[in-house]
Amino acid sequence: MSLEIPAGEILSLVGPSGCGKTTLLRVLADLHKPTTGSVIVNPAIRGDLGQIAFVFQQPTLLPWRTALQNVVLPLELLRHSRSLNESPQINAKTRRQCEEIAVEMMCQVGLGDALRLYPRQLSGGMKMRVSIARALVTQPKVLLLDEPFAALDEILRNQLGELLLERWEQQRFTAVMVTHNISESVLLSHRIASIQNGKIKELIDNRLPWPRLENVRGTPEFGDLYRRVSLSLHDAPKEG
Amino acid sequence: MVSSSDRKDWALSFLLVVSVAILGLLTWWFIVWHFELPPALLPSPRQCWDAGLENRQVLFDAVFKSTGLASVAGLATSIFLGSLLAMIFSQSKKLRLAFFPYIILLQTVPIVAIAPLLIIWSGYTFRTVVIVTVIVSLFPIVNSVTTGLLSIDKDELDLFRVYRAGRFKTLRSLQIPSAVQYLVVGTKTSAALAVIGAIVAEFFVGDATNFTGLGTLMTGWQALAKTDALIAALFCSAFLGLFLFGFVHLISVTILRRWVVS
Repeated sequence: MSLEIPAGEILSLVGPSGCGKTTLLRVLADLHKPTTGSVIVNPAIRGDLGQIAFVFQQPTLLPWRTALQNVVLPLELLRHSRSLNESPQINAKTRRQCEEIAVEMMCQVGLGDALRLYPRQLSGGMKMRVSIARALVTQPKVLLLDEPFAALDEILRNQLGELLLERWEQQRFTAVMVTHNISESVLLSHRIASIQNGKIKELIDNRLPWPRLENVRGTPEFGDLYRRVSLSLHDAPKEG
Repeated sequence: MVSSSDRKDWALSFLLVVSVAILGLLTWWFIVWHFELPPALLPSPRQCWDAGLENRQVLFDAVFKSTGLASVAGLATSIFLGSLLAMIFSQSKKLRLAFFPYIILLQTVPIVAIAPLLIIWSGYTFRTVVIVTVIVSLFPIVNSVTTGLLSIDKDELDLFRVYRAGRFKTLRSLQIPSAVQYLVVGTKTSAALAVIGAIVAEFFVGDATNFTGLGTLMTGWQALAKTDALIAALFCSAFLGLFLFGFVHLISVTILRRWVVS
């Protein structure tokens, strides 16, 4: 597999279960060593701290921390560690600075009122917002998302998709997103890679105009693209 | 949050427990009355109650100032030592494989067999009683806390790895908070064991503090065939265990209420 992802692009990975999407994502996050081959990331990013963030399928919030404390966590973990990055997010020195940055991020994802709530007091959608805020709080250059909205209902999924685009407009990170949802991949990304048996079967350019608003959904272009991705997945060999 | 159905369950449970207690006491009384048992063999509930009242000062001191003190001291030591051992075990698989079997061995060796040896080393002292209590109550804590430190959600662990959190930060911010619930479970088991340990130790050690312990009282009353007082002491020891268990439960509820889904 060979794949080049330009900076600032949102790339969706679609494909049948077990085709290697998540593995690819984990390799990119350096959570998994590739058996062969290599990943070349802009050297300013690779190996530096807080430049890559990961959003898991489950919100993965620590239950003993409040929503705010969960968002502070990455900053806390990065404190006192050496980083090439000069951004205030990564070099926050005091607990107070970290908290201020986290509060700002919480407000940007629409959770300004839920700072002191514990995860068990939050709804599914709010938990996912906290999870996204936690990933973005370090102002990462690369955001990796592993089926982030798969466990949510469609209304929430659309809302969170919008939130993601909104944050992308502001922060211009590079994003790689694994998804099972075709319309999600069409709405949210610049390119869509359909993956089969660990290989890229097709790389589809998505030329829908930006900014992508919800009304893009009804357009014929959207429908065409949806069909193309759907077809690309359709010839996938049946499992078993 | 207590819903009305919870409250109903609680009331029902209370009612049933009290009913069983009354039924038990009635049966006991009936057996004594029907078979005309001599009080030295089995006194009636009333006689035991009277004996308890008569010895209330001695029993109170035994429960709270001698046996209770030893149980609490032993339990506290076990919590500290057990958590420390568990933390060490969580850091190295080799250490775990090498030493865990000996922790199990500590659990399986009969405490009555170690007690005489401990008296040779540590004397007829309060310290010996506490050591016996620790030996008895250590294992459940080590075992459950180690499990807690090691059974961390895979995604949570990945989250920490993404930010290159080292061993220390992972232990402090992820593993230890996750293990708190496990510590509570272990401590509840150990609370009851600690009381048993303290009483057994007192059988051997005798008066270790300025106050006579439950174990010493029991052996003394057994020698004098004061069965009614002996049974009263037995109830006191059960209440001490319950009291300690309830205390641990209360603390755990206060700590965990905020974030554990009940």
